Amino acid sequence: MNGSTAFSAAPRHAASTTPVLEVEDLSVRFTRRGEAGTQAVDGVSFSVAPGETIGLVGESGCGKSVTSLAVMGLLPKRGVQVAGSVRLDGQELLGAGDRALRKLRGADMAMVFQDPLSSLNPTVTIGVQVTEVLKEHRGMSGKEATEEAADLLDRVGIPDPRRRLGEYPHQLSGGMRQRALIAMALACSPRLLIADEPTTALDVTIQAQILELLRELVQGSGTALVMITHDLGVVAGLCDRVHVMYAGRIIETADRGDLFARPRHPYTGGLLASVPRLDTTRGTPLTPIRGSARDAIPWAQGCAFAPRCDSGRDDCLTEVAGSTVPLESDGAGRELRCRHPLTVPPVAGSPTTPGADR
Amino acid sequence: MTAALGSTRRDKIDELAARAGQVPAGGGGVSLARSAFRRLRRDPVAIIGAVIVVAFLLVAALAPWLAPRDPLEQALLSEVRQGSIPGSREGFPLGVDQLGRDVLSRLIYGSRQSLLIGVVSTVLGAVAGMALGVLAGAFGGWVDTVVMRFVDILLSIPGLLMAISISVLLGQNQYALMIAIAVTQVPVFARLLRGSMLSQRDSDYALAAKALGVKRSRIVLGHVLPNSLSPVIVQATLSLATAIIEAAALSFLGLGDPDISRPEWGAMLSSAQAVLSFAPMLAVYPALCIIVVALGFTLLGESLREALDPKFRR
Repeated sequence: MNGSTAFSAAPRHAASTTPVLEVEDLSVRFTRRGEAGTQAVDGVSFSVAPGETIGLVGESGCGKSVTSLAVMGLLPKRGVQVAGSVRLDGQELLGAGDRALRKLRGADMAMVFQDPLSSLNPTVTIGVQVTEVLKEHRGMSGKEATEEAADLLDRVGIPDPRRRLGEYPHQLSGGMRQRALIAMALACSPRLLIADEPTTALDVTIQAQILELLRELVQGSGTALVMITHDLGVVAGLCDRVHVMYAGRIIETADRGDLFARPRHPYTGGLLASVPRLDTTRGTPLTPIRGSARDAIPWAQGCAFAPRCDSGRDDCLTEVAGSTVPLESDGAGRELRCRHPLTVPPVAGSPTTPGADR
Repeated sequence: MTAALGSTRRDKIDELAARAGQVPAGGGGVSLARSAFRRLRRDPVAIIGAVIVVAFLLVAALAPWLAPRDPLEQALLSEVRQGSIPGSREGFPLGVDQLGRDVLSRLIYGSRQSLLIGVVSTVLGAVAGMALGVLAGAFGGWVDTVVMRFVDILLSIPGLLMAISISVLLGQNQYALMIAIAVTQVPVFARLLRGSMLSQRDSDYALAAKALGVKRSRIVLGHVLPNSLSPVIVQATLSLATAIIEAAALSFLGLGDPDISRPEWGAMLSSAQAVLSFAPMLAVYPALCIIVVALGFTLLGESLREALDPKFRR
C-alpha cells in the first residue's frame, strides 16, 4: 500500500484549510398528494476538505444517493422538499437559481453515476459527449475540444483515445465506459467530485482499476471526493473519513482506520461482520444483519436500527415521539448515534457481540 | 440470393473481427442506425418490403421511360363500346379504360401521384406532429396538458371525416389533399414522440448530462430527442402506407386532385366503378397497386420496428 502514507496525511492537511463542501442539517422529504411524506434524508451534516475523500456508507435505501442528488441540485422540484444548507466553497447551493447551478455543475462539482452504460447517451459518440462539457464550461471550439477530449481519455487510461472518440458507448467495455464518464466529470477539474457507487456495475478487477484511477486523480488535483458506496472494501481502499448512514441519518462517523479497528455502532459492526472472508473454512455461514431496512422510519421513537440490533435494550425505543437518539461526539474525531455502542470489535464469522454496558 | 448469402457471410466476419477486438479498417463507430440496418439486411420480411418499396420508387421515377404510351392519349378503338371494354390486346398489355386510355401507362404514371402525396403529407404530418410532441415532452406541465388535449381533439375526429372536411374547406386541389392527409397524421406523431420523450427524459444519461451542467435545450434536443426517434421513424414508414390509402380513398370519393392530366390510382378506381359489371379488371389493377405498395411500406416499417427495438438487439 504505497498510498497509505499519503492518506494518513490527508486529513491533517485538510483540517487546516476551509472545506470544499459543507452539508449542514440536510433533510429531504418526498411528498405525494394524498399520502404521508417519506423522510429520505434527515439532518445529515458533513464536510469535505480539498484532497479529502469521504465515504457515505449504508445499505440500499438509506439515503446516500438522495443526499448526493440533493447536493448537486438534481432532485426533481415537484414533490420534494429539501431543507438545511449545502455550501460549495462557501456558496449556498440550496435555493440557488437554475442558471447558477447549471454553471456550477460540471465545472465546480461533478458526479459519476452507478451504471456507466445507461449514463451515456447510446445514440451519440463518446467524442460528442466529452466535448459537450468542454464547450459548455470552457468555451472551447470544436477542434480544441476534440484535442482536449482525446487528452482526457488518455489521462483516464483509455488506450487509442482518438479512435474511441468516434465510437459509440455500446462499443466500449464497462470499465472503459466508466473511465469515459470519469473523464467527462473531471473535464473542468471540479472542486468536488461525487461518485455514486461508481464500481457497482463493474467486475472486481475493473473495480480496482477504477478506484485506483479515482485515487490518483483526486490526489493529483486536490479535488474533494465524496464516495457513495455500500461496499466496505471500497471504503477501506479509498476513504479518509467515513460516515455510516442508516435510514436517512448518519449513525457513525470516524476516520477510516479507526472505524475498521473499532466500530462502535452495532450496525457498523454488523456490516463489518457480514463481509465474506476468504480465510474461513468452507461452508461457514455468512453473518447477516437481521431483517431489512424499513420504509417507515421510526427515528422519532428512538433508534431506527433497534428492531434489528443485537445490542438493543428497552431504552433504544421509547414511546415518546421526538426522542431520537442524538448524534454525539464519541472520542477524538468520532461521532456516534447509539445508546449502547459496541466496545469489543466483532470477529467476522461470529454473531455481532452485544458488548455494551459491560 | 447469392448476394444475400455473401452479405451474411461478410456480416459474420465483421462480427468475429469485432469480437476479437479488431474492428476492420475504416470501421470506426458503429452507430445504432447502422447496426439496425445490418439486422434489417438479414430479415427476409424487410427485404420483401424493401424490394416492393424500391420497385415503387423506381417506377415512379422512371415513369416517362417505362410507360408504353401517353397516359392521356385516347386510342379510338372500335372495340370500346357502350357495355363492353376489351382486356389485354396488342400494344395495350393491360387493356384500355372506357375512354380508350392505356391502363398500364396510367398505373405507372399514377405511382408518381401516390408517392408525391404519400411523402409530402407524411413529412408535413410528421414535422408538425413532432414539433407538438417535443413541445409537450420537453416542457411538461401545462404546456403538455394543452398540447395533448389539442391532440386528443384531433384524434377524436375520424381520420377520413377530418380529411374530407379539410379538403372541402381548402378547395379541391392536390395541395389541399396533402394538407388534409397531413393533419390526420399529426396526432399520432405527437403522441408517439411525447410518450417516448417522457420515458427518455428520466433516463440516466439525461440526469448525467444535467449533472455535467449541460443546457436544458441541449439535453432535450441533443440527448433525449435522438433517443426518442426510433418509434417515430417506424411510424413514418407505416404512415406512408396510410397516406397512400387515404389519398386513394379521397380521390375515390371525388375529393382528389381535379386535374385529369395527372392519373391517380384512387381516381382510376372511382371511374372504374361505373363499368364494374362488365370490366372488373379496371378496378382490380389500381386496387392491387394500392394494396401492394401499402403492404411494402408496412412490411418495411414493421421490420424496422423490430430492428430498432432494443429488446431484439443482441
